[in-house]
Amino acid sequence: MATKVATRQAYGEALVELGRSNPDIVVIGGDLNKSTMTTLFAKEFPDRFFDCGAAEQNMMGIASGLAAAGKIPFVSTFAVFGSGRPFDQIRISIAQARANVKIVVTHAGIITGPDGMSAHGIEDLALMCSLVGFTVVVPADAEETTQAVRALAEMKGPCYLRLNRPATPLVCPEGYRFQIGKAEVFRPGTDVTILATGIMVGMALEAAESLARESIGARVVNVSTLKPLDRETVLQCARDTGAVVTAEEHLKHGGLGSIVAEVLGEHCPVPLSMVAIDEVYSPSGEAEQLLKLRGLTPERIAQAAKSVVRRKASPNGRC
Amino acid sequence: MKNGQRARAKLSVEDMSGLTRAIRRHIVEMTAAAGSGHPGGSLSAVEILTALYFNVLKHDPDNPEWSGRDRFILSKGHCTPVLYSTLAEAGYFPVEELATFRKVDSRLHGHCHNSTPGVEHCSGSLGQGLSVGVGMALGGRLDGSEHNVYVLVGDGECDEGQIWEAAMAASHFGLDNITVVVDRNGIQNDRWTHEAMNLEPLPDKWRAFGWEVHEADGHDLGQMVEVLGNASERDGKRHTIIARTVKGKGISFMENNPDFHGKAPNADELKAALAEIG
Repeated sequence: MATKVATRQAYGEALVELGRSNPDIVVIGGDLNKSTMTTLFAKEFPDRFFDCGAAEQNMMGIASGLAAAGKIPFVSTFAVFGSGRPFDQIRISIAQARANVKIVVTHAGIITGPDGMSAHGIEDLALMCSLVGFTVVVPADAEETTQAVRALAEMKGPCYLRLNRPATPLVCPEGYRFQIGKAEVFRPGTDVTILATGIMVGMALEAAESLARESIGARVVNVSTLKPLDRETVLQCARDTGAVVTAEEHLKHGGLGSIVAEVLGEHCPVPLSMVAIDEVYSPSGEAEQLLKLRGLTPERIAQAAKSVVRRKASPNGRC
Repeated sequence: MKNGQRARAKLSVEDMSGLTRAIRRHIVEMTAAAGSGHPGGSLSAVEILTALYFNVLKHDPDNPEWSGRDRFILSKGHCTPVLYSTLAEAGYFPVEELATFRKVDSRLHGHCHNSTPGVEHCSGSLGQGLSVGVGMALGGRLDGSEHNVYVLVGDGECDEGQIWEAAMAASHFGLDNITVVVDRNGIQNDRWTHEAMNLEPLPDKWRAFGWEVHEADGHDLGQMVEVLGNASERDGKRHTIIARTVKGKGISFMENNPDFHGKAPNADELKAALAEIG
């Protein structure tokens, strides 16, 4: 069993390190700072930490103002409160202003668990990827989170980083180097490509393991940057393997599957299957239960892979 | 050059009054040329912006990015005609460029965008500018900067909850380098503010959120200069100036007429307006 570390824990620690090396880093929170782990930063740098209370619209505007003053603001709350709730403020005061604001959300997706559907951020990627000029990153694990936080601080421009509540397995290979906008092959394979993001990367690797036992070679690619998408890698994989599965813990509409489908549909329309949440909100429950309920499992990914492999082999299989 | 030395010379009230006439002419001409825009709330804010840009603000039109400049945010971002006219008169860009307002190849967008010289931020969706101003003020304080932040909000804009989130935050953070001016012209998009959403007692609301409130005649340049100047002092307080104004001020058929919130004058109306302004 792989070691598990919460991505939000890695975030909180990475922020403190950044704070030590760069005095322009400031952190903004909205009364969820213990949960987002930004209290670690607040403790060491109280003058550079601003708790805006439970007022997310204002929080985004303040972040934009701090960016205009030359600071590098990291603004953190839960996924639902850092995307949909203040969407108009993000659109105008951050995206249209091209403000150098880093929105880092925790508690994304249904694995937030028992708090139920209002707390399940499952549409945030669709919203954030719709914003012109935004960089949108979903790390596969804590190690990638640490690297991504550093990379986002160094780049200029608005960013959205999506993290989770529970501890999740470490899945990045040793020596892995995160680059913004680069999708990375985590496992070779020539029969089918599984493009996965976030917590689904680990499941995709498990699915590939089981597919190998049935002599199906599945290539697993970690698509941690959804925007800008690494179109070259995605298209290369589609050409190489002729069949693609996407896997994400997000609504099918507007997430990784949709984004990949845009590219494949235009340039390389191979059989495609999307493993995602399909037009449904979810009840309260533990993370594992909810993942199973919504079909976000290695088994489901493997099934999807087999279905696209069959379709590419069949004369009429492409539609 | 030291901070502050770049600030342009302050004009007297007498010298500024000629400017307000020129700015009113620009407002009606540019909206008429565009065939759209928001003359009413622009005309109500002419003296407020004139007092700011020609007396109160430290700024340098030749160097809009000068770090020591005071920041002005037009949160009621639809009133770009008064902002662009004032910026042009101040020397940020040629007055002739005002004729390009709202045209596809123009730098003068319908609502504020920070790519325009002298425009500090993006606005247009109401209620956002004060939050941004609070962020700028926090950033300035972190740097130990001497510059101030001024935010002009509409009275109808005070319907937006975010205004009050930001007002609360400025007090919570103990800022004294930010000033709000409320353009209290009494009319919002559809109708009178008391019909759309009653704001009163507005001064009490600002006081309750931790601000020193000053009420003044928003068309009296002398009063505007004095009250804005006093508010700029670092006295541990935040100041809200409720500027009593008239929507459409200076043009009889636009005054107190909600129709001219977001409607440009036609050719005949332009002619009549220019004749009135003189």
